[in-house]
Amino acid sequence: MSRESRTFRFVLTFCIMFIFWLLLSWWTIYLIEPFDLTMLLSKGVLASLIVTCLTYEMFVPSRSEKVLLKLRRFLGYIIWELYQIVLATIDVAYRVVGTLPVDPRIIEFDTTLRSDFALVTFANSITLTPGTITINVEPERGRYMVHAIAKEPADSLEVDQTMQKYVGYVFLEE
Amino acid sequence: MLPIEILSTIFLAGGAFFMIAGTAGLYKFPDFYTRLHATGKCDTMGQVLIIFGCMIYEGWSYITIKLLLVSAFYLLAGPAGTHALMKAGYVTGIKPWKKGDQRN
Repeated sequence: MSRESRTFRFVLTFCIMFIFWLLLSWWTIYLIEPFDLTMLLSKGVLASLIVTCLTYEMFVPSRSEKVLLKLRRFLGYIIWELYQIVLATIDVAYRVVGTLPVDPRIIEFDTTLRSDFALVTFANSITLTPGTITINVEPERGRYMVHAIAKEPADSLEVDQTMQKYVGYVFLEE
Repeated sequence: MLPIEILSTIFLAGGAFFMIAGTAGLYKFPDFYTRLHATGKCDTMGQVLIIFGCMIYEGWSYITIKLLLVSAFYLLAGPAGTHALMKAGYVTGIKPWKKGDQRN
């Protein structure tokens, strides 16, 4: 592995850890004197340095020169996913009340996803979106087994395939 | 009532509605898998909405970000737990209910 990518990963991990520390404990540095401020900030820097030294090799996965691009696309994906979750919950609430039918089935399909993070993201998204829950994943072939509560949610995964296309677009694995 | 109170009331009421809908689905749906559909989705959504209502009611303080992190963790852990139960049921060999079968 090249020296530059090591440095880049170290700095990126350190920045994220320090921002996280600030988010969780900014209320302690909010009220006090400037001298204590430097003391506390140095504690935060020390803590995030220790965590960074221990974890930067797994925190940013190895073959990821385009990690910033992926991160930007992933943020957009999260917003779209939150909208889908709202739709899913209203859909299930309709089925509870009885205006939509319950017609469960189990389907299987292949995807182009291979990396761990993409597989986990897609499995979690399936479980969160309308009427479908992941039962099993075969990582070598990207094969998913899904339980769907009715015909339309199953079709939206098997025929339209909007979600796996979006996940493939986010993780550059189309 | 302040606008903040109205907004947080809307969020809390929505969360309570989804929790009740999930519980009703737990009784109404025909088998193990479809019941997991009801609880897995409605409970996640209800919990997140209730946390958001608390966040808005408290106003901007250091608790806000911690509550936001809690709800993000809930969105990750909820589907993982649902999937674990589903796979356990499938591996153990519980038969899925088909349309037209007898309810059990």
